[in-house]
Amino acid sequence: MTLSGNPSGAPLEPDTRIDPGGSQPTPVLTVRDLRVGTAHTEILHGLNLTINGGERVGLIGESGSGKSITCLSAMGLLPDNLSTGGSIRLAGIEENLLEMPEAALAPLRGSRMSMVFQEPMTALNPLQRVGRQVAEVIDIHGHGQSHQSSSARAVELLDSVGIPDPGRAAQAFPHQLSGGQRQRVMLAMAMANTPDLLFADEPTTALDVTVQAQVLELMRRQVREAGSSLLFITHDLAIVAEICERVLIMRHGELVEQGPIDRVFSDPQHPYTKALLAASGLEVNPSTGRLVTLADLTAGPVVDPQPGSEGEAAPRDPADRPERTPFRIHESLPDGHQGTIVFNRAPASSGLAPAMVQVTELTRTYLRPGRGLKGPTKVPALRGVSFDVREGQHFGIVGESGCGKSTLLRMLTGLERDGSGSVQIGGREVVGQRERNLRWLRQEVQIVFQDPMGSLDPRMRVEDIVTESLIGVPRSERRERAQKILLDVDLPADAVDRYPHEFSGGQRQRIAIARALVNSPRILVADEAVSALDVSVRAQVLNLLSDLVDAYGLTLLFVSHDLHVVRHVCDTVAVMKAGRIIECGPTDEVYDSPQHPYTASLIRAVPTLQVA
Amino acid sequence: MAVNLLRRIGIFILTAFVASILVFLLLSVVPGDPARAQLGTDASQAEVDALQQRLGLNRPVPLRYLLWLGGLLHGDLGTSFVTRQSVTPEVMNALQVSLLLVVAGMLVAVIIAIPLGTMSAMRQGRADGVVLSALSQIGISIPNFLMALLLVVVLAVRWGVAPASGWVAPAISPGGFLAHLILPALALGIVRGAILSRYTRSAVLDIQRDDFMRTARAKGLTSGRALWRHGLRNALIPVVTVTGVEFSGLLVGAVVIETVFVIPGLGSLLLQSVANRDMAEVQAVVMVIVFMVLLINLLVDLAYTIIDPRLRSAR
Repeated sequence: MTLSGNPSGAPLEPDTRIDPGGSQPTPVLTVRDLRVGTAHTEILHGLNLTINGGERVGLIGESGSGKSITCLSAMGLLPDNLSTGGSIRLAGIEENLLEMPEAALAPLRGSRMSMVFQEPMTALNPLQRVGRQVAEVIDIHGHGQSHQSSSARAVELLDSVGIPDPGRAAQAFPHQLSGGQRQRVMLAMAMANTPDLLFADEPTTALDVTVQAQVLELMRRQVREAGSSLLFITHDLAIVAEICERVLIMRHGELVEQGPIDRVFSDPQHPYTKALLAASGLEVNPSTGRLVTLADLTAGPVVDPQPGSEGEAAPRDPADRPERTPFRIHESLPDGHQGTIVFNRAPASSGLAPAMVQVTELTRTYLRPGRGLKGPTKVPALRGVSFDVREGQHFGIVGESGCGKSTLLRMLTGLERDGSGSVQIGGREVVGQRERNLRWLRQEVQIVFQDPMGSLDPRMRVEDIVTESLIGVPRSERRERAQKILLDVDLPADAVDRYPHEFSGGQRQRIAIARALVNSPRILVADEAVSALDVSVRAQVLNLLSDLVDAYGLTLLFVSHDLHVVRHVCDTVAVMKAGRIIECGPTDEVYDSPQHPYTASLIRAVPTLQVA
Repeated sequence: MAVNLLRRIGIFILTAFVASILVFLLLSVVPGDPARAQLGTDASQAEVDALQQRLGLNRPVPLRYLLWLGGLLHGDLGTSFVTRQSVTPEVMNALQVSLLLVVAGMLVAVIIAIPLGTMSAMRQGRADGVVLSALSQIGISIPNFLMALLLVVVLAVRWGVAPASGWVAPAISPGGFLAHLILPALALGIVRGAILSRYTRSAVLDIQRDDFMRTARAKGLTSGRALWRHGLRNALIPVVTVTGVEFSGLLVGAVVIETVFVIPGLGSLLLQSVANRDMAEVQAVVMVIVFMVLLINLLVDLAYTIIDPRLRSAR
């Protein structure tokens, strides 16, 4: 395999045929000195990479590193405002792909090289039946096949990607399929003409872990059977470890390291790779007990990770963790159980004060408008959820999309007040109250949302965002408090006069945290608060969060689909499935010896950095 | 789907019913006694009373409403206060004229707007795209009547390709009907088309940023073919909305064009009956217009369901 330091490259024979089973590796894609930029800035600074026949390569980088741009350049799908330089050559094609006209390049897409995108929900035409969309890619490149034969082939393809009842699925519209199924359809389209090269751009980022595991397995099998090469783009190193043989690490538009996966993961050379590995594994610096961040490793002399912690995605040692729960109860819902278990409730004998948050038999049902002759159908979002959260606990709630965790969170924070059962915060009821009677709740409970881009008003200055809840506080004092809290979240005090768009994603999430904490709440709810952040920033924000939770003496409710993060942050965890809590207990016990089979399958599905 | 259709039709009927009450009440509370208005200030109270009796105005309002509604359901739009004859033929003739005019105008508009809007979106930022945009901007800024006068001056007076004014019913002479339709349809259609092309342009631009358009190109379609096969139908949804709104507006809004070309449409009839203080006729015209607007909205809703499968299962 050719490394980037070889600008001459292997001379390409014009009519090289790809032989995936051959002993001599033949390059399928050769990128030389690829430069992509706008009129003002350069995004890719002379990229060199080679992908051989049948090879599975991971391209890793954080947002803005240029990894998607690389694929889109090869596919000829770059936005019009970007200009390119250098060369991209596909085996068997004489011209430089970058210089080919659209009319000549289009026939290569979907036949010689194809692509699966990140967002399965929007990647399919909403107005066209799924079968038709799959058949189209056969028709485009087919040579006068009949309509029937391409439709029949589409059904076969849907079957091959494991879609149940493919004949019926072919007649469905995209909105009738789940996200995982849609991504399978995308894969069926991409593999329809057995491409030499498949680009996969974060194809599983939007999927739940169990679905992600299935789709990854499917993709690996399809690529292997077709003998195609794979370029897999992701920010998640653990996924690359599952699917790829070789890995390329990209930063700021340049490749900083590449090599076989076990070598790069066990013996990273570049400081950035080391930092990325540490941050992805939520590695803890043993001397400080804090997460290793990118800044720790890339600034100044590079510190070698401690011998013991290398490559281990270990959470903080439970023994180091201050005991916040004076009792340890690990319970799960037995199969077919219909009654109620109150999870995480202190035994009556303990003589402790009532819990800070008491949720009892909380039930919420949504009405979905009827289809056909049926009336509205009831969709149960929460089905009798009961649990306690005690003061000072770090309580995690995990579950896959649709399990009811968002509904639970909206009811806990009083953003939604219909439903039956009870939510008591500090002994006061939230369910069924009028919004105007809940001002005390806003004082007690504050929330940090997932999307730092969407959750701050773009037309308000940071000072106004942060201090909006300080009603009746004079202007001068507001400013002071804003500056103080911004320093607490490690932002400069002069940030008060700026607007959200002037900050990065991680910084905006700090603003959101400052906004939540300015009125000194007792409970902080974090809704997927680090899910939209890059791994390196994620470690920093998590460190900050745990510092602040300690400093402010907060009770933390941490909702996430990312089991890895929850393990690091929370001392107690509840697992939700289909509107119920099915298991709850001390985090390490739940992760190490899950009682419920669903919990076990969830934990198994999480990709790990361990190289097989 | 069928249930959905029935529901929409049910809503349509209910709205029409409520609208009929509002139309009736509004016009019966207008100050001024219609009988007095007919007879003039010199008439004696006895004469006024007699006329009121004859017009049925001395009956209580709810009864008068029910009688009017009963008439509507039988296709009788009421009796003119002025001519004492049924207004139905006159209003229905005017409606037919207006519908033909507006359909023709909107057809011209759509034929102009969709290619023009699509092209100016695809050529965005290039010289020809800018020219197309500028053209539609000019089209929007030209008032209806000015466009009408320009067309008359050039096409009718100078070149003599079409008659400058008047109206011939299609039943009398299809050729004459078409000849008389050309100029007003163009005058309406060019201006509406310019507006509609702006919407088409922005809809197409939005669609081109959608993920599925990238997917279509990744499958091997050129950007032009991707737009043709996947983009246009998606872009149609906002365009249909605007077309519906414009269509409704034009039923009365075409009054200027009707005046310029001397066409006996609903707008002209409404003006004339207001001038005559013929409240019965005003009522009839307003009710017909309300009914047509509701009908168009129903059709637009149904068009959405045909275009977008997501709306068939939901709602």
